[in-house]
Amino acid sequence: MDLVPSPSQTIGPFFHFALTVDRALGCLAGPEAGGERIHLACRVLDGDGAPVSDAMIELWQADAQGLYNQPAFRGFGRLPTNEEGCCVFETVKPGRVSGPEGVLQAPHVNVWLFARGLVKGLCTRIYFAGDPANREDPVLALVPEDRRDTLLAHPDRENPGRWNFEIRLCSGSETVFFDI
Amino acid sequence: MDKVIPYRRPEPGSQPDYLYEPYRSTVRRAPVRPLVFLPHTLSELSGPIYGHHAIAESDSDLTRQHAGEPLGERIIVTGRVVDDRGRPVPHTLVEIWQTNAAGRYRHAKDNHPAPLDPNFSGAGRALTDAHGIYRFTTIKPGAYPWRNHPNAWRPAHIHFSLFGPAFVTRLITQMYFPGDPLLAHDPVLQSVPDEKARQRLVSGFDIQVTEPEWALGYRFDIVLRGPQATPFEE
Repeated sequence: MDLVPSPSQTIGPFFHFALTVDRALGCLAGPEAGGERIHLACRVLDGDGAPVSDAMIELWQADAQGLYNQPAFRGFGRLPTNEEGCCVFETVKPGRVSGPEGVLQAPHVNVWLFARGLVKGLCTRIYFAGDPANREDPVLALVPEDRRDTLLAHPDRENPGRWNFEIRLCSGSETVFFDI
Repeated sequence: MDKVIPYRRPEPGSQPDYLYEPYRSTVRRAPVRPLVFLPHTLSELSGPIYGHHAIAESDSDLTRQHAGEPLGERIIVTGRVVDDRGRPVPHTLVEIWQTNAAGRYRHAKDNHPAPLDPNFSGAGRALTDAHGIYRFTTIKPGAYPWRNHPNAWRPAHIHFSLFGPAFVTRLITQMYFPGDPLLAHDPVLQSVPDEKARQRLVSGFDIQVTEPEWALGYRFDIVLRGPQATPFEE
């Protein structure tokens, strides 16, 4: 390696005025995007189960056909968490993206989580509970079976089209984070 | 089937570990279980094109975002964004934020009893050019106290956020100033184990960047992760 990449540093608690006050993006899919429209509600909890109210979540996903970077589909979103540790994105359910050795990946959304106390962003993925493709997903297959549930968003019983995803930090039952 | 060329992984010690007890907030937020190693797929190797529209000239000149001039020492911060083999990363978004000259952020939750400056917001953004070069005009930020440990002070710094070409190249970091005596006492900077990697975050004073009778110049180059060599390149 010729040059050492620049080290990561924490986003700190005071990023909002620069990154999310007028530069937030809650909607990943414009009105012209095809597919099933959903709301994706993310909630971040720390090691004591307390809401993390000073985090920033960025999402990156493929369109309903499983393609990234399409002209009619931005696929990127960025929101700060509120006092309850929550933020809600509007998007479409992603399609299946090509994976290693020709195996299709199950529909998923890629997540970067940044916050005070995180010296590097944490990377995870959101899968959709009940999707039959989850059984053959090559990335879920890398995760110990008893921890796969932490990567699933669940449909909200009271709000059709809304999926809830919890990110738990710093505990035995924490969300699976990926080394990428 | 897309051909995927994975990115290189960081060398040990060149990036901080999530748990670094001297930086106290890591203790209740760092993962306690091992991360799952993820071989890169198209999801990690693709990346958003974000923030390219509607960048105004004043977005990269933080001294011209209000009716009057901010207080403090006017500086120019410029550098190249390159990958780990020195190749430029063109047309990528660079976002920055910082305190004013007195060490106060324009943020509702910053209660450091230092004055706000009505002529300084402290947020900027720019795109790198075809050669990977970005440039900001701003004022030198101040040091400020925080409650991490008794008599804790953050050295003057500017936060940087960059995307690069892929999901894996996303980087949020901080730029420091050369010769600052607080660097040795700062657990945020010291969370990076390797000295050479830490030095990557300390800008250099540059007389060539300095503009006569106007502003001091600092150079801050940023190195993002790069893809593994293809068989052809080897």
